[in-house]
Amino acid sequence: MAPLNALTPDQLAQADAVVAEHRGTPGSLITVLRLCQDIAGYFPPELVERIARGMNLPVAKVYGVVSFYSLFSLEPKGRHQIRVCTGTACYVRGVREVLDRVERRFGVKAGGTCGSGRFSLEPVRCLGACGLAPVMVVDRDVHGGVTPDSACEILEGYE
Amino acid sequence: MELTINDMTCAFTPGQTILDVAGAHGIFIPTLCRLPNCTPTGACRICVVEVWGARTLVASCAAPAAEGMIVHTDSDRVLRARRTILRLMLDSGNHDCLLCPAAGDCALQSLAFRYGVGTGAFERPRPRYRPETGNPFIVRDFSKCILCGRCVQACNEIQVNEAIDYGYRGAAAKIVAGCDTALAQSDCVFCGECLQVCPVGALSAHDARKKPRLCETRPVRSTCAYCGVGCQVDLHVAGGRIAHVRGAEDGHNEGSLCVKGRFALDFASHPDRLKTPLVRRDGELVPASWDEALDLAAGRLAAIRDAHGPGSLGFLSSARCTNEENYLFQKLARRMGTNNVDHCARLCHAPTVTGLMQAFGSGAATNPMDDIANAEVILVTGSNTTETHPVFAARVKRAVRAGAKLVVVDPRAVGLTRHATLWLRQAPGTDIAWINGLMHVILREGLENREFIAARTEGFEALRDSLAAFTPEHVQELTGIPAAQLEEAARLYARAGAATILYCMGITQHACGTDTVQALASLAMLCGHVGRPGAGVNPLRGQNNVQGACDMGALPNVLPGYRRVDDDAARRHAEGLWGAELSGKPGLTATEMIATDRVRAMFVMGENPMVSDADVGHVRGRLEKLDFLVVQDIFLTETARLADVVLPAASAAEKDGTFTNTDRRVQRVRAAVPCPGQALPDWRILNMLSERLGFGPGPESPEAAMAEIALAAPIYGGVDYRRIESEGLVWPCPDRNHPGTPILHRESFPRGKGRFVPVHAQPPAETPDADYPLTLGTGRVLEHYHTGTMTRRSEGLNRIVPECFVEMNPSDAARLGVVQGQRVRVASRRGEITVRAQVTGRVAEGHVFIPFHFAEAAANVLTNPALDPLARIPEFKACAVRVTPE
Repeated sequence: MAPLNALTPDQLAQADAVVAEHRGTPGSLITVLRLCQDIAGYFPPELVERIARGMNLPVAKVYGVVSFYSLFSLEPKGRHQIRVCTGTACYVRGVREVLDRVERRFGVKAGGTCGSGRFSLEPVRCLGACGLAPVMVVDRDVHGGVTPDSACEILEGYE
Repeated sequence: MELTINDMTCAFTPGQTILDVAGAHGIFIPTLCRLPNCTPTGACRICVVEVWGARTLVASCAAPAAEGMIVHTDSDRVLRARRTILRLMLDSGNHDCLLCPAAGDCALQSLAFRYGVGTGAFERPRPRYRPETGNPFIVRDFSKCILCGRCVQACNEIQVNEAIDYGYRGAAAKIVAGCDTALAQSDCVFCGECLQVCPVGALSAHDARKKPRLCETRPVRSTCAYCGVGCQVDLHVAGGRIAHVRGAEDGHNEGSLCVKGRFALDFASHPDRLKTPLVRRDGELVPASWDEALDLAAGRLAAIRDAHGPGSLGFLSSARCTNEENYLFQKLARRMGTNNVDHCARLCHAPTVTGLMQAFGSGAATNPMDDIANAEVILVTGSNTTETHPVFAARVKRAVRAGAKLVVVDPRAVGLTRHATLWLRQAPGTDIAWINGLMHVILREGLENREFIAARTEGFEALRDSLAAFTPEHVQELTGIPAAQLEEAARLYARAGAATILYCMGITQHACGTDTVQALASLAMLCGHVGRPGAGVNPLRGQNNVQGACDMGALPNVLPGYRRVDDDAARRHAEGLWGAELSGKPGLTATEMIATDRVRAMFVMGENPMVSDADVGHVRGRLEKLDFLVVQDIFLTETARLADVVLPAASAAEKDGTFTNTDRRVQRVRAAVPCPGQALPDWRILNMLSERLGFGPGPESPEAAMAEIALAAPIYGGVDYRRIESEGLVWPCPDRNHPGTPILHRESFPRGKGRFVPVHAQPPAETPDADYPLTLGTGRVLEHYHTGTMTRRSEGLNRIVPECFVEMNPSDAARLGVVQGQRVRVASRRGEITVRAQVTGRVAEGHVFIPFHFAEAAANVLTNPALDPLARIPEFKACAVRVTPE
């Protein structure tokens, strides 16, 4: 596996293709960034520069947009993204305990990535699925009514 | 239309903001984020006012004035809001005026004083970001930043360098460069526009604590001593030294400067400055008194003239010196009986002077720089504008932001290509082919301006016939420019309501330079793109006063004001003025003076042919063989080291006079600091020398010299120091009541009708072959200036660009086994230098580029002295070389 913070030639080629498709379309930067994050997982400086040069936009402007939106990450992410809802409903249904257990079990801090690169853990605001509280989203899978035990069991299924 | 502010009725015009109207009526509204000439952002809120009927307070900088509005700028509600804003700002970071470099010149400090607000109202957060101190120009202290965004606007909307922007959000917001890197690692070019507009102490000079603060200095208005843009500067002086340089906001440059003008005027106080005259004794240059040096210089020059005739003397004047000094210098040469007087325009725009003179009858730029805003299409060719004329490049980039179309034709990926609608990349030395190709397409598609051609020009039929062969397909073969791109460029240029051409050394520094200039003039006339706002042919003059040195007649064939030496009436006029008989025979050009051994003695003022001329190995041999060489300069240059007498002169910061910029704008230069040691202003030295040569006393001041120039050169007839006290005058200005002539050739050309001169494509004098397979072009970089005499003594610039380099294309580098940063030998038929390789796509395959600023690795060891037959300029932009890894 390539080091976590270096992009593969294949990833760069895919990013270039996204840029080439949208170059010259006004207002397409956010779209390009979203697609590039799907490809690379995050935005190392080399990717920001590559997108900026490719779109003929100032590097600082692209970086400004990337760093402004919480949707975009400047840090390398794990292979799987865990989003744990900390909205009011989830909170009162015990999401704090779920978070604590996941942090301890997988050695990952809220807002960070575990050393093995397996998981990134991100507490988020209300996901709007309060009926399922507490809610944990792994990649694109929504898991409702999780407990500390069931959350860890679910996560064991993601390598 | 009218509104009332503080119960006063104020007239306004639609489009004005409340702030504009208040300002126009002398009503104070504080601002922090407002930056003139930029879109109001309303970021700081300090300019809020109360508008009757509005729900909230209104940011007056962004609110348009409306009929019948009732505005209060100082109500209790407004004052409460302003105080709260100030308290929040003052406690947002380390606003400690005792330790702040901006104290005394800080908008936040002065508003805190005005509104009686101090710190401590809120808990002050710990600084989130560490200051950036790593570069030699600007310190960024984020703990003092109020996020007003003026620097962001200055960088993106004024200079359009696009290096910084807002990053992150909320309390973490920060002005970031690139990917939140140090400025030096970003696209920042250190123009310092941000530093000048920062209203607080967040941006300060790197050496701010080692010198007086701005408020402790006295400003002296002058003209920048670097390029031909002629930016107006305020030299802030304390204790006989220049402490700060700021762009004059009321000058034509509107406050902008580049890295050289803002940060590199420190060469004036460099310890290497010449402080006493030197004479050669037993082979060594040793200090001497002024009397000794001047007696020797005058005695030897007179003796050599008497023994070998006036033609044995050669005079090289200086595009660095003032108009007055150039005038006195050529007057000295001509009164000694020779027209052998020239200067380094020979090495830059001599083809412009000859080429445009033949086409239009005047060899200068047709439109002023601010007129670029009127152009719909801008054609830039052979000009690395962002590096050689940075403040003008900013105008070009602003015009593009405002919607103008930019066509760049250049073999190198120069900075402007990023802003271009269309970039045509021609093979070096094929300019006539693509220009003829453009004209071919324009005629083929019937896009020419027939009315203009009929009324204003002659020679059209011959031109039309000469273009038949230049089909886009043929041009593609010659130049490598795809036919479709050529056609698109032709349509863009020809269909524009107003289109302007900007060109520079890439066009002129060829053995066919004059022809190429004529081709550009023909292109403009073919479409009628000359003599109107936004339409013209504009050579960008390289040096601070190269335009003026030409105007003053520091040329072998013309007297002051471009009156030909072989025109009897003109000569008689000058003879009457100068009280001497003048030669009617045009003299030798600079390149010829160096080439011929008929010249036995030379007087060189402020020039450095040992670095600037083609094939410097040959130049050295010739200068060493001279019977006598006098050099007048501010440093012991490579040329001065060979001299018999060295005369220490004043830099631009130490004397009065005028420079004429590339607009033809005559602007004042003012002494701000004293000369070092015994050095004297050049005009004084020339007076002393003339007196010793028996020509009597010269003008007692630069102002008196200008009065004489006004008599000698009709185009300067109305120029007078009293008239140019605050703003320059643009020649032709024939009399005291004439307002000057920003746009030339409006009704007619000086020669009557504009002349189409058919020209034919010709390859460079030396083309690549098996032994020397690459084409070398020379040029400049942003951070250095000409032969480096000034900039290489500026500490900051040399930290950024310390040494020479060769740019080469990755494919050539790979083939030769050269890697980035490796030292390589570059050789031509004339010599060899060793430099570091910069592997970059900026140059095309088969092409290499070397800047010529560096004496120890002088690009001109390599260049070809093949001359343009008319303008006698060497072919600096194309010679054959080979590169081998060291």
